[in-house]
Amino acid sequence: MSGVGDILPLELAGVSLTRGGKRVLKDLDLTLSAEPSRTLIIGPNGAGKSLLLKVAHGLVTPERGTVRWHGAGAGAARRAQAMVFQRPTLLRRSARANLAFALRARGVGGAERERRIDEILNRTGLARLAHAPARALSFGEQQRLALARALVLRPAVLFLDEPTANLDPAAGHLVEELINRACGEGIKVVMTCHDLNQVRRLADEVIFLHRGRIKERAPAEQFFAGPENDLARAFLAGEPLWWRRRSIYDGIEEG
Amino acid sequence: MDEVRQAFAQALALLVERDARLLEIIGLSLEVSLSAVLIAALIGLPLGALLALQRFPGRKVAIVALNVMMGLPPVVVGLVVYLLVSRAGPLGVLGLLFTPAAMIAAQVVLVVPIVASLARQVIESLWEEYRETFRSLAVPPVMALAALLWDARFALVTALLAGFGRAIAEVGAVMIVGGNIDHVTRVMTTAIALEVSKGNLSLALALGLVLIGLSLAINIAAYGAKELGEARRGG
Amino acid sequence: MIGAAISRRLFLAASSAFVVAGARADAPFITVASTTSTQNSGLFDHILPRFTRESGIAVRVVAVGTGAALRLARNGDADVLIVHHRASEEAFVAAGFGRQRHEVMHNDFLLVGPKDDPAGIAGEANVVQALGAIARTRAPFASRGDDSGTHRREQALWREAGVDPGEASGLWYRELGAGMGATLNLAAALGAYTLTDRGTWLGFGNRRNLVVLSEGDSRLRNTYAAILVDPERHPHVKAVAGQRFIDWLLSPAGRAAIESFEIGGKRLFHAR
Repeated sequence: MSGVGDILPLELAGVSLTRGGKRVLKDLDLTLSAEPSRTLIIGPNGAGKSLLLKVAHGLVTPERGTVRWHGAGAGAARRAQAMVFQRPTLLRRSARANLAFALRARGVGGAERERRIDEILNRTGLARLAHAPARALSFGEQQRLALARALVLRPAVLFLDEPTANLDPAAGHLVEELINRACGEGIKVVMTCHDLNQVRRLADEVIFLHRGRIKERAPAEQFFAGPENDLARAFLAGEPLWWRRRSIYDGIEEG
Repeated sequence: MDEVRQAFAQALALLVERDARLLEIIGLSLEVSLSAVLIAALIGLPLGALLALQRFPGRKVAIVALNVMMGLPPVVVGLVVYLLVSRAGPLGVLGLLFTPAAMIAAQVVLVVPIVASLARQVIESLWEEYRETFRSLAVPPVMALAALLWDARFALVTALLAGFGRAIAEVGAVMIVGGNIDHVTRVMTTAIALEVSKGNLSLALALGLVLIGLSLAINIAAYGAKELGEARRGG
Repeated sequence: MIGAAISRRLFLAASSAFVVAGARADAPFITVASTTSTQNSGLFDHILPRFTRESGIAVRVVAVGTGAALRLARNGDADVLIVHHRASEEAFVAAGFGRQRHEVMHNDFLLVGPKDDPAGIAGEANVVQALGAIARTRAPFASRGDDSGTHRREQALWREAGVDPGEASGLWYRELGAGMGATLNLAAALGAYTLTDRGTWLGFGNRRNLVVLSEGDSRLRNTYAAILVDPERHPHVKAVAGQRFIDWLLSPAGRAAIESFEIGGKRLFHAR
């Protein structure tokens, strides 16, 4: 079983990434400590939030820069992480079989597998739907199942890419509860989010990303009290960033 | 119109009487075409999966070649197989010409491109959907392949049905390599061709109706199995 | 589960196909390459069961045009050849593919055409005259065009009539590249003249307006010969069984079987 200390800290150094001829991550440095916490990555559309998660998770290899896990168990880093995507991709089989599949991929079998599945089904409130075809579930249930599939692996780090973006408030609330509980059990949570109210509720720490760069990183309280970066301030105030982009951008770019 | 009405009556009569020769011909048709589809599945499904999942030089050429081969005239396939299994050909010593085995071989050549092409499309689009999740879950390659094949099973069965449709309906290839020998290599389509050449048009049409009925029954059975499976497991 | 059940069933079907094919191959049999005219008429259905009963040898008939039958035999894909074009048969033997040519039976060719007979050849006993009339009136004529025995005979008759129908190909002269039955089907549909063997004609079920217009000319005689494919050329040829079949065709029993084949009270083939 993996604890947080096993693979963390994670260090991204000088990470650059191009998509469709555009640089989407620019010489980015980021270190995530071993401390169990909820780090929320925010920023306008196209800031590179999802790609940053995928680079950290190892799904996308950056063109330049390195992604390194520094913990003692770094050799098995792949197997100590899990990710929940914006849109759940579930296999064409029952909810329970989806969970079993993920555990089988990790080599967890027998009674241990059944016990973990039962436990996570109960925790996520999906026990009633265990034998329903996963793809026949409602969108909220599907996203909860995707989260259950990630949690059942007992990862050290859990990446979440706007997990509640398409959910109604009740379903979103359920997911938030599960995230909080996971963090309470020692899982490092790294999550992107568009909903500032949700960020206020969840975040221990906020990273503000804009056009492929980290503009500000601060403890949540401090960030919401007043961000230092004026783009972040504008973002919090709900002002559109695109019209200010040029004037401010130039100054910052030079500096 | 008279001939059509007569054909329907005759087809019905043939089925009601359970005419022994007709049953023999139906049996051989099913034997040959189902065997061909089974063998084509064993070749075509892995081939389709390979083309869907692996990137290698010549892959695009192989995909185009398969698409072209989907439209090969059965007569040409029959001729090529004839040249191979003829006593004068490289496989002549096996003595396969004018046997059901040769007919199966020819139909395998006809069906493999259909199965492989459709399987590639199905598996490729499913892989497109699953790839990121599978990488995230660190699914081992063999397990990923098994999951793709299993989750695509209904679409793959449809691909096999398309192959079966081509096999059971073609006449050119089995005529050449089977020889339409009574009691040995006569199948539905070659029997129909023979009755046409005898001028027994309504009997030929009646046999055609039986063939359509046969295809229909198999498709309904497969469709039913698919519906049942999807209802139970979810699409 | 369903997939497994289906694949299990498919596997059974596949294995049974090979088992059945194997089992069939165990019973002694010979392969005869012959013409569509003999098969379409129903002659083989009539005589082969008798031979098999007497000899225990099954006969597998592959019915194709004379040209294709000769090619099959040349490749060693048949044990016995039964066709009806003397020049080709003699060339086959001369080239060393077969030992000896045995004439086994004959019937005759017929010139058939639409009842209204636009070329006016009804009752014309001289078939060459009749063909000349068809060419003159440019009445539609359907030719096999498939290098079969009937096709070769038809071409020989045109030559004798001094007509080169190839010049009119696609106009009144239609070359089909099809078997006798398909050609009769087309002639019936188009109201065209055509040359047919009597066996196929009597067994043919879709005549519509077609009637016999010219028959009886000695040049219309249609002789079938059997040739054993030379086992020295193709060692796998079943020479003993094949020769036995030819001997039977020439024997009183075989002759009686051929003579007794009738359609509508009419005898189709005359044994030698």
